[in-house]
Amino acid sequence: MHTFSTLFAGLLFGSGLILSGMANPAKVQNFLDLFGTWDPSLAFVMGGAIMITMPGFWLVQKRSAPLFHGVFHLPTRTDFDARLVFGAATFGVGWGLGGFCPGPALTSLPLAASGTLFFVPAMLVGMVIAKYTAVPSPKSLEV
Amino acid sequence: METEFTPFASLLGGALIGLSAVVLLAAHGRIAGISGIVSRILPPSVDKAGLPQGIIFLIGLLLAAPLWFLLTAAAPVQVVSRNGLLLVIAGLLVGFGSVMGNGCTSGHGVCGISRGSARSIAATMIFMATAFVTVFVLRHVVGG
Repeated sequence: MHTFSTLFAGLLFGSGLILSGMANPAKVQNFLDLFGTWDPSLAFVMGGAIMITMPGFWLVQKRSAPLFHGVFHLPTRTDFDARLVFGAATFGVGWGLGGFCPGPALTSLPLAASGTLFFVPAMLVGMVIAKYTAVPSPKSLEV
Repeated sequence: METEFTPFASLLGGALIGLSAVVLLAAHGRIAGISGIVSRILPPSVDKAGLPQGIIFLIGLLLAAPLWFLLTAAAPVQVVSRNGLLLVIAGLLVGFGSVMGNGCTSGHGVCGISRGSARSIAATMIFMATAFVTVFVLRHVVGG
């Protein structure tokens, strides 16, 4: 059950990305193109997800611990720092340029579009570079 | 290129993403932030305790498109730019930015907002803003 629940969560996440249209960079970029071929679908993806996570998280956190693990690993920081602002701003530029964020890019990997095959290795390199620049911090800070 | 407005499929797909995040939190106490899950299994500091579950989650993610193909007998529709250089730059920025900012569309945009995290709400507003500006410049200033 332990492993199955994780595999199921991954499969559910990827299926949701495909069904919703988020795995299609053209659709993502159209959502971001307010003054062109605007497609508001992505707002519905976010709405649909939060509609489930908001009550779902609240219910789950009424438990003292998760089903297969000792503790909840929840981010605890509430401060704003330059890394959050600069990181989010940089992420947004990349997201706009390619129409891919990490989940949809990985989900698209088996479809092997040439652009995806360029994007994913570069994304992994970018992540490793960012990890090298990071100051040591508790694990719970990572979202 | 125009894409069709798909409110129902997008709402339902979003709900599946939300359900996945709830399953992950309920089962393992983890936030379904894809950049976090991926970066934790990358060097220089590999999270050995979380490694097996992280890899299993990613295997599930990678199986979604093949399963979709088996069930619907059609590949998921997607149009990806063929500009390799553009996508390498986009990939570097997405990878670097999501790790430096501690999250991406899933970790900040869905999970963080649901938890009422001020950091996540701020991060989501910032990356949405720079993404809107980037697409505006890409499509209406430099290109067409």
